[in-house]
Amino acid sequence: MSVPIAHVARNTFREAVRDRVLYNLIFFALLLVGAALLFGQISIGIQRIVLINLGLTAISVFGVVIAIFIGIGLVSKEMEKKTLYTILSRPVRRWEFIVGKFGGLAWTLVVNTFLMAVGFFAALLLLAHHFERADGWLLVAIYFIILEFVVVTALALLFSTFSSPVLSAVMALALFVIGTFAEDLRAFAAMSHGATRLFATLAAYVVPNFASLNVISSVAHGQPIAASLILYNTVYSLLYAAAALCGAILVFEYRNLK
Amino acid sequence: MSKRGTTTVVAALVLAASLAGAALTVRRLDHLRTGATAEEALYVPSPRILQRMSLGYTGLLADIYWTRAVQYFGTQHHLHSKQYKLLDPLLNIATTLDPHLLVAYEFGAIFLAQKPPEGAGDPDAAVRLVEHGVRENPSAWRLYYNLGFIQYFERHDYAAAADAFQRGSRVPGAYPWMRVMAAQMSQHAGDLQTARFLWSSLYQTTESNDIRVNAAKHLRALQVDEQVSVLEKLAAGFRERTGRWPASWAEMVAGGYLRGVPVDPTRKPYRLLPQGKVVVQVPEDFPFITQGLPGEEPSGRTQTESK
Repeated sequence: MSVPIAHVARNTFREAVRDRVLYNLIFFALLLVGAALLFGQISIGIQRIVLINLGLTAISVFGVVIAIFIGIGLVSKEMEKKTLYTILSRPVRRWEFIVGKFGGLAWTLVVNTFLMAVGFFAALLLLAHHFERADGWLLVAIYFIILEFVVVTALALLFSTFSSPVLSAVMALALFVIGTFAEDLRAFAAMSHGATRLFATLAAYVVPNFASLNVISSVAHGQPIAASLILYNTVYSLLYAAAALCGAILVFEYRNLK
Repeated sequence: MSKRGTTTVVAALVLAASLAGAALTVRRLDHLRTGATAEEALYVPSPRILQRMSLGYTGLLADIYWTRAVQYFGTQHHLHSKQYKLLDPLLNIATTLDPHLLVAYEFGAIFLAQKPPEGAGDPDAAVRLVEHGVRENPSAWRLYYNLGFIQYFERHDYAAAADAFQRGSRVPGAYPWMRVMAAQMSQHAGDLQTARFLWSSLYQTTESNDIRVNAAKHLRALQVDEQVSVLEKLAAGFRERTGRWPASWAEMVAGGYLRGVPVDPTRKPYRLLPQGKVVVQVPEDFPFITQGLPGEEPSGRTQTESK
């Protein structure tokens, strides 16, 4: 990693961890994990399953919210505060600024996820008093959640380069929702004909595929995750995030900052 | 006290008073709108639509729907209701959202199959639920076991019960007595001994405390059914010998028919009614008995012996 990218990333991370909203969201995520311990008691036979489902869903949803709401302000906030001009007047190229911002937020999310995962595993240990071999798959589910964050961060950053924060948040959130329907979109494309088929197929492959990254329900039952799924999900997420990042670099490179 | 201290105290007092007032108002509102809170409604009845609405977090939504089914069943049961119209759709939604939620099939089938007020009295829906579970989880041998139970006890379809136990016995990891059960179905279907064997095996092998408690209730009910039947036969024997029904247990003890006053599994003495009918004192202690229920007591004097 070049020195300017590392500097931008480090400063983005510092700025993010100073944000009080971040701590509030982590607090609520941990609160939900704790609530899962109580939730299981009003049901029958699903204390452990509900803890895993609620815990991992909380980590995922709150992480996506953090990724979107911090991601959309990455560029616009720098422009608003005029700090962007100071940065770009130094030997920092525009693409380095974008990659550094992305790296900083992605790292913030990894650290957040680690903290929430510690809380989640502590709650699991409190409930079950021991870990099982199948609990290893929970780490895979958390890894997939991090991949999801990487894609969402890249998308939020892309929108942040050409749109207002509010519009960027709406678009990123909409794309996240559509991404959960990616498999349905492909099925719809396969069933349609003519121009509709072409358009639907194009849309199905352009929107991110978040459906395959969500294995929470499977790991809650201790079902193993295929190594091929781990590999393909990793490759897909990195490629998609790289594409979104390149899009952000292209837009930002040609944007008139005056 | 400083100005700041006064503000803090006043604000704290107003805060506490407002919260208490709000809580009291909510209680009042709950009283006014009891119908609204107890309303039976499925706002989204389609599991497929819910699947889409969950944005992929189907596991959590399934847990919520399973919990809703448990709470609904508990409420209806508590109210001694004979209507469980939301139970089947709630279970259907929970198991479609998470087809591997085995607990929903196991308990859900019990809730659906048992006769009211202990359940919805819909064994066909219970069979559909467990068959769905078997299709989604073919390696879960316990589901075949549940299926056999419902076919045997609730639908009295002994051939279907034998088939379910046979299919289950072929699943790797199934208990060896599943094969014995299949054989028992074809040879001794309908026997009290077979029923006792089934409930005992469930009692001994289940990992769930709730299912164990339920099995214990059924075992006690079988014991009562058997004891009542024997006691009524003894009373009939007394009548054959003396030409009249026994007036009390003491007469039967004196006649050598019994060693003492017969007691039910909760140690309460049975009641001997005119015409030799034997009933339990507290029918609520035995929700699954078919014999010994008071029903319409025969006219004439009713005797209750405690000693």
